[in-house]
Amino acid sequence: MNRPAEALPTQEMLINMGPQHPSTHGVLRVLLRTDGEVVVNARPDVGYLHRALEKIGERVTYAQFMPFTDRLDYLASMNCNCAYAWSVEKLAGIEVPERAEYIRVIVCELNRISSHLISFGSFTADMGAFTPFLYSIRERERVNDLFEMVCGNRLTYNYARIGGVSADAPPGFLEKTKEFLDYFEPKIDEYNNLISYNKIFVHRLANVAVVTADEAVAYGLTGPNLRGSGVAFDLRRDEPYSVYPKLDFKVCVGTGERGRLGDCFDRYMVRINEMRESVKILRQAIAQIPDGPVLAKVPRLFKPPAGEVYFRSECPRGETGFYLVSDGTANPSRLKIRTGSFVSMNIFEKVTVGLMIADIVAVIGSLDIILPEIDR
Amino acid sequence: MEPQAIFETLKGKFGDAVTELQSEGFRPAFVVVSPERLAEIALYLRDDPSMRFDSLMCLSGVDYKDRFAVAYHLYSMTHRHAVGLKVFLPRENPSVASVDPVWPAANLMEREAFDLFGIVFEGSKDLRRILLPEDWEGHPLRKDYKYPEFYHGIKV
Amino acid sequence: MESFVHSLVKAVPVLSGVPMWTLTLTAMILSAAVLLVFALTFGGVGSYVLRKVAGDIQARIGPNRVGPNGILQFLADGVKLVLKEDIIPAKADRFLFALAPYFVFVGSFAAFVVLPFGVGLIASDLNIGVYYVMAVTSLVVVGVLLAGWASNNKWALLGGMRAAAQIVSYEIPVGMALMPAVLIAGSLSLQDIVRSQGGLLGVFGWNLFHNPFTFFSFFLYFTAAQAETNQTPFDLPEAESELVSGYNVEYSGIRFGFFFLAEFGDMFVVAALATACFLGGWHIPFLHAEALPAFWGNLLSLGAFLAKAFALVLVMMWIRWTLPRLRVDQLMRMAWKYLVPLTFVNLLGVSLWLLIFKGKGIPQMIASLFG
Repeated sequence: MNRPAEALPTQEMLINMGPQHPSTHGVLRVLLRTDGEVVVNARPDVGYLHRALEKIGERVTYAQFMPFTDRLDYLASMNCNCAYAWSVEKLAGIEVPERAEYIRVIVCELNRISSHLISFGSFTADMGAFTPFLYSIRERERVNDLFEMVCGNRLTYNYARIGGVSADAPPGFLEKTKEFLDYFEPKIDEYNNLISYNKIFVHRLANVAVVTADEAVAYGLTGPNLRGSGVAFDLRRDEPYSVYPKLDFKVCVGTGERGRLGDCFDRYMVRINEMRESVKILRQAIAQIPDGPVLAKVPRLFKPPAGEVYFRSECPRGETGFYLVSDGTANPSRLKIRTGSFVSMNIFEKVTVGLMIADIVAVIGSLDIILPEIDR
Repeated sequence: MEPQAIFETLKGKFGDAVTELQSEGFRPAFVVVSPERLAEIALYLRDDPSMRFDSLMCLSGVDYKDRFAVAYHLYSMTHRHAVGLKVFLPRENPSVASVDPVWPAANLMEREAFDLFGIVFEGSKDLRRILLPEDWEGHPLRKDYKYPEFYHGIKV
Repeated sequence: MESFVHSLVKAVPVLSGVPMWTLTLTAMILSAAVLLVFALTFGGVGSYVLRKVAGDIQARIGPNRVGPNGILQFLADGVKLVLKEDIIPAKADRFLFALAPYFVFVGSFAAFVVLPFGVGLIASDLNIGVYYVMAVTSLVVVGVLLAGWASNNKWALLGGMRAAAQIVSYEIPVGMALMPAVLIAGSLSLQDIVRSQGGLLGVFGWNLFHNPFTFFSFFLYFTAAQAETNQTPFDLPEAESELVSGYNVEYSGIRFGFFFLAEFGDMFVVAALATACFLGGWHIPFLHAEALPAFWGNLLSLGAFLAKAFALVLVMMWIRWTLPRLRVDQLMRMAWKYLVPLTFVNLLGVSLWLLIFKGKGIPQMIASLFG
């Protein structure tokens, strides 16, 4: 029975995964060519959520663009808000009051926790374990309560302003944040006990879609995806901005603890560990936060000098960079948004060759893409 | 390595192909090179031991009204230094070599620039529209873009 | 069934004028109706319990709107399913598409016939009971494969293919894991198997405690049966996050309802078989059900059987909301590389045990030590 495989040719099947599919995290469409269950080629097709944010950016003033950044990565609006604010401040050379920077770091790290929670939860749901998802939602609600205190919104915050933040943290906010941290920190161990080291879960993720360190850098992976491949690079530490230099935290990297370095499990674990580091950062920031104003004086009709700035900051889904071209008028001449998820899609086609259909779901989940950020 | 030093090294190596250093008001500073020799320069920047720009942070098309540009933001994970690389292209038939073989990360970003600006990246492995529908007319991020009235009979 | 009719005629002399076959037929229809009502109720209440258990495990409330504590939710869902438009995709194979749900439902429902619910409560005590269950539940494969094929949907087709491979593979370990009970009882009839576990206070006679191999066998059976009936973590054919909903993705309305009922029916059949073959069936601990007056004996043994079976169903629900899903290759590997060899070794172990110790189990031996 040593017949070569060619003797029994089977037809390749073309399957359309998405744009409506429970596990593509939005409206991603993947065109699968499969041989039975084995993927021969998986070609992503994006753009279903394109809202022309870059074009809008050229038509509104710098300050008016802030609410649009909420719609980039809706699970991490605070990070996008602040990333944009930092970029414009760098372009115009605005000094931001220290208290505002601390508040920004606090809300960014809180948002990183809530974003990683969703990433963790939806990933486990994709793997067939639905329960952890609802646990993560439960914790996220408490983060949303905190954000509601600080800016009144629960999803699209529009909290950062050019030169600071829209309002000072209300009384009790820092205490409530501390309470949340005390509540949340033990939960990470609970997740690990519940699902992370579950044998089936590990077997589903270990050695799947391995990205080596060199590939990760070449394909432009950033954030947890890059660190999952063992590259210890974190913009908060390596290109420090805001008050991050004053805070002490560890850069979590993948270790290949259950399979080869850079597999889906490593990328998953980096996110789990980063939540712990965010808790650490938050505790320090709450202890260090000074009193003072939270908004620098920025003229209402704000015209930055002509120039070009590319500023990137560490968002939960990798590096979010704003490339601003100013011609000295009130609105940007070009506003390019570089997002982690979009560039991550480069490697998708490469790592999915030869995987099973079920692994495609694991790859999408472990790259933690979010479609509004890809399509902008 | 500072952008100034990078500019001088490149100038010494590629001569006239490296035209200008944009540094005042530019962060990071841009080395402007001629589009004809972009591929070589990109390869040099990636492979030279003192450069090692192994990471392409961002690739963007820009419309400067009189001409187009493609801006490459490079970063070196090894030396932890950054520089911008820029090529200016004419408004008619803008075309430049693809850096996809140098930095695979460029693929989707080049497609995006092609989609929104109509800049053609020669040698790209897969140059199709990415964000807009395949049958969309025009390139919306051009400054002279006219908004369409209708799309497939639907008022826009 | 015929003996029941005979005793009925003896008890009520008026009926002796009626032709025998009408009485038998009526009795058959009646018992089938009772079983059907039971299966439907179990499907309904089961879905409510499943959701409440899910709510409890997932730190949320679960259904609580229809009726007190949401207890009437399953009725609302049932009414919704019946009233919903029955959509058949334009390019589907209409005949097969319509046929598939019945295959699946009949496959799971027919197994109820031989389940020993109580001392005398069994619709038909077939002398090949175990074999019959294995045979009719295989009908589910045909239905699932038909559903996947006839839908003319690639996700459904993949689901159907997965189901066929999975169910056929796991039939073997399921059958082999049930064999020890058959060996001990010396009969394929489920009623005989249950009776063989009666001794020693109604607990220590259980096959579960008979010897180490049967103890192991129970877990092998439970695992393999979970896979055979597509329960999580082996729910690959309907893997919601991969195949959208698998083989039943194109079904709606009452046709979907049949798949849904079959799923719950399967759950109960697995639990009931495990109860009958390993957990002493309808034997009531510390009480001899067969010695009681017929009414009380039947009632109490029915209660004992259902309690054991429902407890197993709850365990299944617990597993369902805890574990992630295997991948298809891992699933197959598990069947052929682990479960099949293990069940064979296990069967060999039980046979040798029975040969060496002359059919005596460990509790029996301990009991004989103390006279």
